[in-house]
Amino acid sequence: MFNKTLTELSAALREKQLSSMELTQAFLDRIDKYSALNAFITVDAERSLAEARVADERLVKGKAAPLTGIPVAHKDIFCTEGWLTTCASKMLANFVSPYDATVIEKFKAAGAVLLGKTNMDEFAMGSSNETSYFGPTKNPWDTTVVPGGSSGGSASAVAAGLAPAATGTDTGGSIRQPAALCNLTGLKPSYGRVSRYGMIAFASSLDQGGVLTRTAEDAAVLLNVMAGFDPRDSTSVDRPVPDYTATLDHDIKGLRIGLPEEYFGEGLSQEVARLVETAVEEFKKLGAKIVEVSLPNSNLAVPCYYVLAPAEASSNLARYDGVRYGFRAEEYSDLLDMYRKTRSQGFGAEVKRRIMIGTYALSAGYYDAYYLKAQKLRRLIAEDFKQAFEMCDVILGPTAPTTAFKIGAKIDDPVAMYLNDIYTIPVNLAGLPGMSIPAGFAADGLPVGMQLIGRYFDEARLLNVAHRYQQVTDWHARMPEGFD
Amino acid sequence: MSLDRQLVQKIAHLARLEISEQETDMYVETLSRILGLIEQMNAIDTTGVAPMAHPTDTGLRLRDDAVSETDQSGKFQRLAPAAEAGLYLVPKVIE
Repeated sequence: MFNKTLTELSAALREKQLSSMELTQAFLDRIDKYSALNAFITVDAERSLAEARVADERLVKGKAAPLTGIPVAHKDIFCTEGWLTTCASKMLANFVSPYDATVIEKFKAAGAVLLGKTNMDEFAMGSSNETSYFGPTKNPWDTTVVPGGSSGGSASAVAAGLAPAATGTDTGGSIRQPAALCNLTGLKPSYGRVSRYGMIAFASSLDQGGVLTRTAEDAAVLLNVMAGFDPRDSTSVDRPVPDYTATLDHDIKGLRIGLPEEYFGEGLSQEVARLVETAVEEFKKLGAKIVEVSLPNSNLAVPCYYVLAPAEASSNLARYDGVRYGFRAEEYSDLLDMYRKTRSQGFGAEVKRRIMIGTYALSAGYYDAYYLKAQKLRRLIAEDFKQAFEMCDVILGPTAPTTAFKIGAKIDDPVAMYLNDIYTIPVNLAGLPGMSIPAGFAADGLPVGMQLIGRYFDEARLLNVAHRYQQVTDWHARMPEGFD
Repeated sequence: MSLDRQLVQKIAHLARLEISEQETDMYVETLSRILGLIEQMNAIDTTGVAPMAHPTDTGLRLRDDAVSETDQSGKFQRLAPAAEAGLYLVPKVIE
């Protein structure tokens, strides 16, 4: 049962082949059995099973919603009432949320069972899951390499079959990069498509919630649940939500796929390039037309992002002051000392580094040179996409420049770590939807992902293209050895 | 540009972080390297380009000025490290 799709599981529940209690228990057992992956921060079997019991009652009465009885894991960045919500930080290690994020409310309304809270990089700042206060998560494809980040716990859990699907968030690649490194389908919707209410803020003009699943079809099922206008999120966009499963099977004959030359240049491993090019051949067989496009300013996206994201983070994380909730230092002399000791002891090294960069970029005398300059570059990067989409319907390229790297390899070199997100960051800056889907395996046996980028609010087309590819390939169905 | 120790301490103060002597050296080194990455932005002339604060490029939505929330202060204050009589407690600020 652990490697079935959501559609298959939902059918099995409705046909009474098994109950939600049995299904939930089966996943809880696997979470326990493979606890060495460190994919979860909080598991509460009693609560999960109580939700499953309620779901079973609904199923018996024939009152099932789309996800009734399906266990789903949530990244520990989504506030969940009555559950610890830590954001993988010492600062929130004791924080039991008093309310549900909109995303959590929507999953509850759809009948899903909350399976647990997954590990992540602290405050979603990282590309390897190594900055978690609760220790690194391991990649089931090779437990000596990282699962990617920041949604690394969600990726590891779904890849190892500890959860049928999981939520994630993506500020600069935090859904797509771990999906690529763990052989999953990862979807980051357009900025404004999914409510950010109750999703702990990192960089508010970039953060967007999404999912990590086995298939594009599963991602469509979950986006149907998550998407939609929310008056409690001031940047939520009020547009109708289509049925994302309705267009999955559409023919892609004549679809124009753009390959940006900048995504196939220096820094890309030959193995990844080869597999992405093989996937392009597959799309040609499906009738797609390949066109060359250019994103000339994309090489400046990483520098631009490392001004804007830390600047927004330094402001967002000012709220952690030891007064209203979370950690407070034990000893201090006065109020200022309390703030400083609380924040120095409560935040980890990478979070402090980004707060420092952001504070500097926003400080008097430097604002124009850094923050304003980065905002202007952001415009140029977004304009590049607009021009490219005049030539094509979807952009395709690699998700990450290499396969997963060893735990410990880059943690002491922040700049090397930041460059993992070279192909994903431009998409967040422009606010566009992006996906990563499995494209095969490199010689080292590790999975490679390819990225699909769409026009603003064109998630349905991305899911359609990904689904068609998954109909003619089976990379996405592969399970890591020892977890199958 | 590279930062010096004094500037690192000033930034730490603005960010309300306490940075030890030893850590200061570490921050001088890593923050300078990150700034080296950031300064690649200067390769492009952005004169006349309008800054983009936000992907949707629109203003904030307005709502009716109506009460939408209930009073849950008791529930929220139970999360505080120190609270009493409906107040959050902090070290004395007025002598």
